[in-house]
Amino acid sequence: MRALVAQVQLQERTGEDCISNNGFCPDWIVENFDRYIDPFFEHIFLTVVSVGIGFAIAFSLALLAHRLRWTMRPISGVTQVLYTVPSIAAFFLLQPYTGRGNLTAIVALVAYTLFILFANIMTGLDNVSGDVKDAGRGMGLTDRQLLWRVELPLALPEILAGLRIATTTTIGLATLAFFAGGGGLGALIEQQLFFKSNVVVAGGLAVLLAAVFDLLILGLQRVAMPWRRAAMA
Amino acid sequence: MATGGDGMSLPAAFLGPFGDAIDFILHERESVSGGVQIGGPGEILELTGTHVLVSVVALAAAVLIFLPLGLYLGHRNQGEFLAVSVSNVGRAVPSLALLAFFLAYLGIGFVNVATVLFLLAIPPILTNTFVGVRQVDRDAVDAARGLGMNASQIIRRVELPLALPIVFAGLRLSTVAVLATATIAPLANVLTLGVPITEPQTYGDDGQRGAAMVVAVVTLGADLVLRLIERAVTPKGLKLTEHDDLPQRRRLSTNLIRRNKPA
Repeated sequence: MRALVAQVQLQERTGEDCISNNGFCPDWIVENFDRYIDPFFEHIFLTVVSVGIGFAIAFSLALLAHRLRWTMRPISGVTQVLYTVPSIAAFFLLQPYTGRGNLTAIVALVAYTLFILFANIMTGLDNVSGDVKDAGRGMGLTDRQLLWRVELPLALPEILAGLRIATTTTIGLATLAFFAGGGGLGALIEQQLFFKSNVVVAGGLAVLLAAVFDLLILGLQRVAMPWRRAAMA
Repeated sequence: MATGGDGMSLPAAFLGPFGDAIDFILHERESVSGGVQIGGPGEILELTGTHVLVSVVALAAAVLIFLPLGLYLGHRNQGEFLAVSVSNVGRAVPSLALLAFFLAYLGIGFVNVATVLFLLAIPPILTNTFVGVRQVDRDAVDAARGLGMNASQIIRRVELPLALPIVFAGLRLSTVAVLATATIAPLANVLTLGVPITEPQTYGDDGQRGAAMVVAVVTLGADLVLRLIERAVTPKGLKLTEHDDLPQRRRLSTNLIRRNKPA
């Protein structure tokens, strides 16, 4: 039955027919655009909070692993396992502890960002050339000064590349946050899964959001690193 | 509420909510709304079977088509834009939106779900294969050419083995994403482990958690299997250098990567 409904032809695009046929109806979209605004901002909220907390944790862990080399393997192992657990499974397995709602969604999303961010920050720090560090030490920098004035600035490309991946990934995963009771654009997609107009608008907004965040971080990268305007993937 | 059979009451009590979830996996029971028997090894195995089948079909298709393409493009150093932007765009498209989009336009069923999973699997496989081949030391390739190898020999015997860690990293990413997304396949009438998750009115909390646990175990298991396969197919000589964890050496190799990056 559902299959029949979904396979209705594309030609009927206007009026009541279009809606009852689950079509792509521009009129409906214009009239109902309001309903996407709140979930859109929920989605931004989930993304920004999760990536923000994730970055704070991953950054601290990376500094720890940078200082105490032996902690790197266990940290990267644990973050990798967290990354491997499917998000939907995590949303349900967390619920006995964190209940239904934003908290569960955010805890799971944070767990996802850790591996990406940690791995990228470590790569960035490891890629700083030994000669540059030697030069810094020769100028009398302490370890702490070396870290903040030399190593971290030079690691910025990798760090921000990680931030971009983490952000777009989180926006995608947040569409499943409704399983945890976290709302967002995914809740709308799921409500009318077979209605083309709905799917296109909600899905399109998620993709748009990812593109905007990606460009924002790319812009940040240019501002933060005037010394290498050219490169970067 | 340890509703389980004989042996389960102790661990069930000990594990709290997860004890009940494990009990759901191990023992059949009546559904929450009554009338139907749900859970138990029989149903779980059947759902797991479909889950794995639809995922493997999608992954196999993606590997068969896009691994060779990535190898070829990497070898020729062409199509970087294609290989890299595919992954950037791919990451941004939410799997749920992709599935819903296909449902709305093509309808439900096994083939459509497999197609969606196939599309999800492409970016990591294509991008990583391309990047993996590109970062192979050009001197090694020149040496192979000097030994008289032709293009196909260079790809199979030099570039692919040296690219394996990155290729497998991509394959693992794809596998995890596909197995995770197969969980929402019941929305398209394909009965995977997502069934208890998407039908809480029948399966209840225990069913949701039980299925979530099985999904997590299957995914972690698949990741482990791929790691073992990677280890098995990596030539001995490469394993030796891999364990060489000296920072000095790593720096050297990253410098090489950088030098070889196309400007």
